[in-house]
Amino acid sequence: MSGTIVTVTSGKGGVGKTTATANIGVALASDGARVVCIDADIGLRNLDVVMGLENRIVYDLVDVVEGRCKLRQAMIKDKRLSELYLIPAAQTRDKTAVSPQDMIKLTKELRTDFDWILIDSPAGIERGFRNAIAPADIVIIVTNPEVSAVRDADRIIGLIEAEEKGPGRLILNRVKPEMVKRGDMLATEDILDVLAISLLGVVPEDDGVIVSSNQGMPVALEPRSRAGKAFRDIARRLCGEDVPFEALQSKDGFFGRISRLVRPGGDA
Amino acid sequence: MSFFQRLTGRSNRSATAARDRLRLVLVHDRAELPPGKMEALKDDIIAAISRHIDIDTRGVHVSLTRDRHDQRLVADISLGPATRRRHLN
Repeated sequence: MSGTIVTVTSGKGGVGKTTATANIGVALASDGARVVCIDADIGLRNLDVVMGLENRIVYDLVDVVEGRCKLRQAMIKDKRLSELYLIPAAQTRDKTAVSPQDMIKLTKELRTDFDWILIDSPAGIERGFRNAIAPADIVIIVTNPEVSAVRDADRIIGLIEAEEKGPGRLILNRVKPEMVKRGDMLATEDILDVLAISLLGVVPEDDGVIVSSNQGMPVALEPRSRAGKAFRDIARRLCGEDVPFEALQSKDGFFGRISRLVRPGGDA
Repeated sequence: MSFFQRLTGRSNRSATAARDRLRLVLVHDRAELPPGKMEALKDDIIAAISRHIDIDTRGVHVSLTRDRHDQRLVADISLGPATRRRHLN
């Protein structure tokens, strides 16, 4: 049995790569899979705080690569899930401390012990991004329904295809259904139409994501959270399950338009 | 918003602007041809064609279009009013 390497990337910063990585990891591990999350954002470590494991760090990714510790020693066991681990990024170094070859070698070792190896890519298209995608079997592109984020996603999709890591799968994060409905936010169909990529999930904007990151407890652990549910669905789709997409983001159809015609005050 | 816009579901809401701007910016990004360079290209096209045939330089439109698999450069070149041409012949 050999694990699958999934890299989560975006181009643009701040769209929710780290949140997505932590939550997909949690959701997969909750279903009994053996999961390791790797923070590849060297110099700007953050996956540790999102997962709530920042106090347990002794060694990091660069220590492993430079031979100061064994791979097992840099793996931090999750507080809640027995089959979830984190390999944190170094905080005091930069992206050049690790090479794409290092990442391929390191993840090859992990494949035998884990079902899923999730890599949280840094923003940008430089060395850190190259490191993160080098070993990937599947690339997940996270974007937001904004022109700038979708533009960067398009650029990333092009680079991934050039590296023959394509076509990639899309997570549309931080969608506000009310804004989509009133025509003030790009709809999922608009974004899929321009990016021509398969959809892995749509995550609604949810205050719970901030609350959970305040506490270092990924929202996928919250049974009642909408964003948490979306991330759990994403994990199931990654496993090959056919999970229907909830219609939270759909533009109003013909009847919606008719109802706006008869109630013109509700629009404009 | 007009009655027609309501009926067709098109609107002047900001998502429409976002969609149009996104499409345009992606077409230029993918072709690696920024809008400023398009203008220079247009001037060169006008100069090249003008060496062979009279054209209405104000009626020249050069644009990039794309669908899922194909992107193309479209040059729409006006030759001026047809009546005058007939007269010259």
